[in-house]
Amino acid sequence: MPLSKNDLDAILLTLELASLTTVLLLIIGTPIALWLARTDSWLKRPVGAVVALPLVLPPTVIGFYLLVSMGPNGFFGQLTQSLGLGTFTFTFTGLVIGSIFYSLPFVVQPLQNAFEAIGRGPLEAAATLRANPWDSFFSVVLPLARPGFITAAILSFAHTIGEFGVVLMIGGNIPGKTQVVSVQIYNHVETMNYAQAHWLAGGMVAFSFIVLLALYGGRNARMRAL
Amino acid sequence: MLKPLKHSLLALGLVFASGAIADEVKVAVAANFTAPMQAITPAFEKATGHKLLVSFGATGQFYAQIRNGAPYDVLLAADDTTPARLEREGAAVPGSRFTYAIGGLVLWSADASYLDGTDAALKAGQFRHLSIANPKAAPYGLAAMQVLAKQGLSETVKAKLVEGQNITQAHQFVSSGNAELGFVALSQVYKDGQLSSGSAWIVPDAMYDPIRQDAVILKQGANNPAAVALVEYLKGPEAAKVIESFGYKLP
Repeated sequence: MPLSKNDLDAILLTLELASLTTVLLLIIGTPIALWLARTDSWLKRPVGAVVALPLVLPPTVIGFYLLVSMGPNGFFGQLTQSLGLGTFTFTFTGLVIGSIFYSLPFVVQPLQNAFEAIGRGPLEAAATLRANPWDSFFSVVLPLARPGFITAAILSFAHTIGEFGVVLMIGGNIPGKTQVVSVQIYNHVETMNYAQAHWLAGGMVAFSFIVLLALYGGRNARMRAL
Repeated sequence: MLKPLKHSLLALGLVFASGAIADEVKVAVAANFTAPMQAITPAFEKATGHKLLVSFGATGQFYAQIRNGAPYDVLLAADDTTPARLEREGAAVPGSRFTYAIGGLVLWSADASYLDGTDAALKAGQFRHLSIANPKAAPYGLAAMQVLAKQGLSETVKAKLVEGQNITQAHQFVSSGNAELGFVALSQVYKDGQLSSGSAWIVPDAMYDPIRQDAVILKQGANNPAAVALVEYLKGPEAAKVIESFGYKLP
């Protein structure tokens, strides 16, 4: 087996991080996307821009601000300390928080597009049938926006798997806690273990290709279904 | 309107003219040597007229880049094994290797009252995070592990260790307060013979293997007079004074 125990731990940890981040992001991203799709408020553009920031910012910028703000002297760090939670740098929780910021646009944007595509028609129809907003959300919006949810989940999962700069800045390279695959590849290259670097890096290429293939294949199938 | 233009053309001409005699040297420098190198660069450029392009980073990363054709003329490594390996593999000029500095290790805290010049706080263990550089990649990280082993603390602090990818990041974890203390390079917190901030325990030399930092001229710089000039300058008395003022020892 060319992969060490640390490598396997890193793979498991990465999958865990990506899964948890995706679930949380779908929960957090849905109301944001719903609001962005519906609102006429002047806040729509600024909020949309903030959501899209991680698309253009270098991950090191996000990582740096997280390191400073989650640290014991930072705003967020002081808040978590006063709640008795300690600080989140160098923890798995910290990575989840970082990943949520980092992958936010990959969830909100496909969802927003899906919600906008539904339009107001079906919802007004549901309202005339006396569906309350919760009913219409679960029995009209969710089924109609399903392709959007699938796209959002795949993109968020894949993007979090590929996270590097943020983890590097706030992780501390702790095996089993913050040492994810991308960091482990960096470790192997730095310590000149090129064979192991190749195994992990090649695995990432194959994984990413399969994810994108599934995404595009699924998209075509969904198009045909429409 | 015309006069400034004339002046700038003149200046441009001068730049090109000086370019004809001065050479440029691209040098890859280990992260721990950042501060002294920043002090040496202007002095070297002034003394020799050559131009220095400096990249700071981790030695292992430089090794990978050099083996894959990175255009560096000189490497100032954080260890003595990487330059030797490059020489063995034919990527460096044989016989150009020399020790330019011997690194010192320090246990440092950004809090001015955390350490009292001894290892008491380390032994007491009342901290959440102890920052070190990745021991597999950085010699200062390896030295830190040797110190912990010597004190019999390897197991007790294991769960509290956080690793920076290089010594710069190990220092950043401490300076940002995310780790209460950490093993860093003396050169990062020491200037003109004294501690520049926080509190520290300067680890006695006997507790870790000497961190011999070697430099080597790379294949790319074999025929570059500026590369030779830089190596000569680093061996000279002016550079020695700067290097020692940051807490390094000389061979």
